[in-house]
Amino acid sequence: MTLVLNRIDDRLIHGQVVVGWGQPLDVRFIVLVDDAVAASDWEKELYRMGVPPEMEVRFHSTAEAAPLLDVYRTEPDPGILLTGDIATMHELVLHGGVREVNIGGIHHRAGRRQYLRYVFLTDEEQRALRDVAALGALVAAQDVPAARAIPLEEMLSEAEVS
Amino acid sequence: MSEISEVRALVAGHADFAAGLISAVEAVTGRGEMLEPIQVKGLCGEDIQHLLQERLRATGALVIFTDLQAGSCTMAARRLLREEPHVVLVSGTNLPMLLDFVMSSATNTHDAARTAVDRARSAIAAYGGPA
Repeated sequence: MTLVLNRIDDRLIHGQVVVGWGQPLDVRFIVLVDDAVAASDWEKELYRMGVPPEMEVRFHSTAEAAPLLDVYRTEPDPGILLTGDIATMHELVLHGGVREVNIGGIHHRAGRRQYLRYVFLTDEEQRALRDVAALGALVAAQDVPAARAIPLEEMLSEAEVS
Repeated sequence: MSEISEVRALVAGHADFAAGLISAVEAVTGRGEMLEPIQVKGLCGEDIQHLLQERLRATGALVIFTDLQAGSCTMAARRLLREEPHVVLVSGTNLPMLLDFVMSSATNTHDAARTAVDRARSAIAAYGGPA
C-alpha cells in the first residue's frame, strides 16, 4: 500500500477525511502538508486530537514534504496525502509522483465562484488546477467515496450553467 | 409561557444534525428554543469559526454542542475557545445529552453541560442480537 488518496481540503482533517475515506480505505496515516500548521504546535495538537488512535498524523511544511513523499509511498500501510490549498498540492505534483488529485473541499470565500456544492474557486485557483492536470495528474472532485468523482473539466463547466 | 426560552447553547454538526436534534428536543420537552442550530453547509473552517463567534455573542450562549470530534465544527469551535475561554465545547453530542441539558435545574450552565455529558454516556447501550 501507499498514499491511496491525494486530497485538497481546506478543512484539512475532519469527518469526511477520517471517517468517510479513512475507514473504507483502512487509512493508518495522514501526511498533512501545510506550512502554517507545521509551524504551530497548538495547531498540530488540534488536528492530532481529531483522529482515532489507530491513525497517525505526520505534519510537514511544503518544502519538507516533497522529498519525503517517495518514502511515504513505500510504507506498508495505506495513507492519505492532505493539503489545505491548491498551491501546496501544485508544489507536490511538480515534485513528481502524484498521479491523481482529489478535490475534497474548497469552500466559499470572497472572490471565489461556486462550481460544486463544496468547490469554490478564484480564477487563479481554476488556472492552478488546470496546471496540475497539465502536469499529468488526474484531477477530480469527490467529497466522499460514495459520491461520483467529477472530472476537472466537467466541474469547471458547471459554473457556466449556474 | 415561562421565561426559559433564551438560547443557552449552540448546536453545530454535519448536514441537518443540529436542526434534526433540536426538533427532537422540541418534540420531547418543548424547550427547543434553548438551543440554536448552526448551519455550516458550504463554509470553510474560518467562516464556521466566525459564525460560531457571532452567534455566541449575539445569544450569550455558553456552550457549543458538536457531533464528530474530528468534524470541522468541532475544530472551528476548539480554535474559538482560545478567544472565548468562558465557553464549554462538547463533542459527540446525542439526544439524551441535549434533553438532560435543557431540563437541567443547575443554575450554572457549564455544570448543566458537564452533567449532561455524564448522563448521555450512561444512556448508550446495545441490546439483543447473537452473543
